Amino acid sequence: MSTVLYEVPGPRGKVRNRVSNLLVVLAVAGAAAWLINRLYTHGQFEGRLWRQFQYSAIQEQLLTGLLNTLRAAGLAAVLALLFGAVFAAARISDHKWVRVPATYVVELFRAIPLLILMFFFYYANIQFHWGLTPFSAVVFGLTLYNGSVLAEIFRAGIAAVPKGQREAAYAIGLRKNQVVRLVLLPQAISAMLPAIVSQMVVLLKDTALGFIITYAELLYVAKQMGGRLTYGFPYIPTYIVTAIVYIGLCSLLSVLARYLEGRSRRRRKITGAPPPLTLDEGDASVAGRS
Amino acid sequence: MLSVLTDNWDLFRDGFWLTIRLFLVSAVLSLVLGTILAAFRVSPIPALRGVGTGYVNTLRNTPLTLVFAFLFFGAAKMDLALPSPYWAGVGALTIYTSAFVCEVVRSGVNTVSPGQSEAARAVGMTFFQVLTLIVLPQAFRAIVPPLSSVFIALLKNTTIAAGFSLAEAGAIPFSMSERGENQLLTLIWITIGFLILIVPLMFLQRWAERRTAVA
Amino acid sequence: MRMRHLVAGLGVAALALTATACGKEEPAAGGGGNAASDSCGTPHKFETASGVDVAGSPAFAKIKTRGNLIVGVKADQPNLGYKDADGKRCGFDIEVARMVSANLGFDPDKIEYKEIPSANRETAIGGGEIDYYVGTYSITDKRKALVSFAGPYFVAGQDLLVNKADTSMDAGKTALKGKKVCSATGSTPIQRVKDEQLTEASNISEFKTYSECVSQLLDKKVDAVTTDDAILKGYAATAPDQLRVVGKPFSTEKYGIGLPKDDKALRDQVNTILEKSATDGTWKAIYDETLGKSGSPGTPPALEKY
Repeated sequence: MSTVLYEVPGPRGKVRNRVSNLLVVLAVAGAAAWLINRLYTHGQFEGRLWRQFQYSAIQEQLLTGLLNTLRAAGLAAVLALLFGAVFAAARISDHKWVRVPATYVVELFRAIPLLILMFFFYYANIQFHWGLTPFSAVVFGLTLYNGSVLAEIFRAGIAAVPKGQREAAYAIGLRKNQVVRLVLLPQAISAMLPAIVSQMVVLLKDTALGFIITYAELLYVAKQMGGRLTYGFPYIPTYIVTAIVYIGLCSLLSVLARYLEGRSRRRRKITGAPPPLTLDEGDASVAGRS
Repeated sequence: MLSVLTDNWDLFRDGFWLTIRLFLVSAVLSLVLGTILAAFRVSPIPALRGVGTGYVNTLRNTPLTLVFAFLFFGAAKMDLALPSPYWAGVGALTIYTSAFVCEVVRSGVNTVSPGQSEAARAVGMTFFQVLTLIVLPQAFRAIVPPLSSVFIALLKNTTIAAGFSLAEAGAIPFSMSERGENQLLTLIWITIGFLILIVPLMFLQRWAERRTAVA
Repeated sequence: MRMRHLVAGLGVAALALTATACGKEEPAAGGGGNAASDSCGTPHKFETASGVDVAGSPAFAKIKTRGNLIVGVKADQPNLGYKDADGKRCGFDIEVARMVSANLGFDPDKIEYKEIPSANRETAIGGGEIDYYVGTYSITDKRKALVSFAGPYFVAGQDLLVNKADTSMDAGKTALKGKKVCSATGSTPIQRVKDEQLTEASNISEFKTYSECVSQLLDKKVDAVTTDDAILKGYAATAPDQLRVVGKPFSTEKYGIGLPKDDKALRDQVNTILEKSATDGTWKAIYDETLGKSGSPGTPPALEKY
């Protein structure tokens, strides 16, 4: 743990730490004050720039945008989890003809930028008349990309369960299906949870790319509001509001994850199993040692 | 199929060259900034830890497009001059990616056995020395696989710059539309380009993963 | 503990939201600024024709079964294709779209508008995402290979929008060398700047919308925004103390209505509608209500039927 990186400070160390602490707080406060002053002197708090938020039509648009964001994220999350589960299962299959294609599919979709993936659906739809809406282009793009990443997370999570567990399970005569379902998955899931939640946060944020293919999500509405000259191009106010909404939504997800994790840990204590990784650890460590 | 690439070679060449430049410069800068932030997050000074945590939680929960928009349109409104769209783009990518790098480095630090830093402290090293001489070099091996994931994400994230006056690979479809070329073939070539760039990173990740698995 | 804080915070936010939820329809009177000019006024009144049929048009048959029109427009061009904070649309292009709808026998108030970025127009028309497109869409041979055009219903010219005090580009396009120029990604005007090398490649900025360019202009990040004068005048009219159109057009842009390719029957029908509007004074009326407010007079152009 990080606390072993430094000694418990002595009397002089305590003073030094307290002084440095104060300096940092002052520096941060100074930076914040400078920024607010800068915003103020450049007229970013003028009523004109914020007036749009009072319109009921604008509030409605923002709400619709938010709902569109949530709709796309929600559906894509479910589909991505399914996609991830199926392809993770295929990747740990004993049959080479299942394993190898699944690996290629997962690696391919992990390598294509999401924007390009959405463009694919958008333009293919137009060329071949698939009748897709921008909404489905966004959802499919998000599903393929995040599903592939989730497949990787699931696979790595299962691989990370100590070897003895698997060997013992096989030794008592369980079939592969049973080993994975009854022994490996239950142990892997709490270790994977932080990575899964991080990926959900990524998915939620990536809905914002939808504006490029004309999906009217939150950022699309925000860009439109910011682009009104009559209100002095209120980009800063609208972006601040939008950022707060996104940060709030994503934090909510993290809180949910922490809650779920706490529950599984409490349950675990009773059964005496080792505690799972904490949320803050190994977030981006999709592969390797989750 | 091939003519789409050869006829518009100038676009593809310039586009991917800009992608590579954006990627490399942002990767180096976010590695530096991310490591500094990670040091903040494990430091003995609570306010520094707060700065690190606040930064990471804010940036990781903000869409990259918004970070770009703040730097391109927001900063201009406050009369904060960024030298050029290129550097504004590098700035946006760095600010965003360093939050992820920070988390990778920090969890890497946590993988180093406590005995190592205890021993280092016993011989009288300071926090800074413990971190830079003992912990980070050992954490490096655990950091490489997740760090390559972060950099793969960064490489792909450069496409977002297409909406912000940077004619990198993600912007090729816009110009190809103007030239009346087939969009799907264009997208396939762009995908191939990204595969060529990403595969080495994936191999690096695999290789590092195997090494840690053996250790 | 931390969670309880967050829940409390959310509660407060929700309360604040409900408190402000009863938003206004119009900005408060005397609120200062020029907000009044932002709201779209009453649209032009069109008689909806009845019993219209366009024989031999697959697109029209599709519209007929649907019962209303889906029209591609722009939303961020004041006085041309604009959506105000109330969600109402107005401008010259919008009125043209409404006029065509009425004369095709569909209530113009029931048009479903779709905002299509410049770079996606051909694909949106070709894919049937929209029935037609009215939004500063220049007729070019290259585009004619992908879509077909009725019109032109307006002739514009590429010009420069500059900060009011800046006189360094009054000579027009020849003065652009060394200046930072901005336009919409993938648009004809920026392609012309590149082709004629009016300024250095490193001085060219391209953003998704003209609004973003104009914002950069006001913030002195670019020196000029270039596109058709019709669009630029719309902005200049909105902020006349800050912005100015140079007034030396260096191209001829014929705005057409983008239609599905090879639907000659529908194209002829729309051309007939445009022709009628030019002779019966409708064209002039909607021009004066929109772009005409900028002070420059306009006349309907001759149609180019094919």
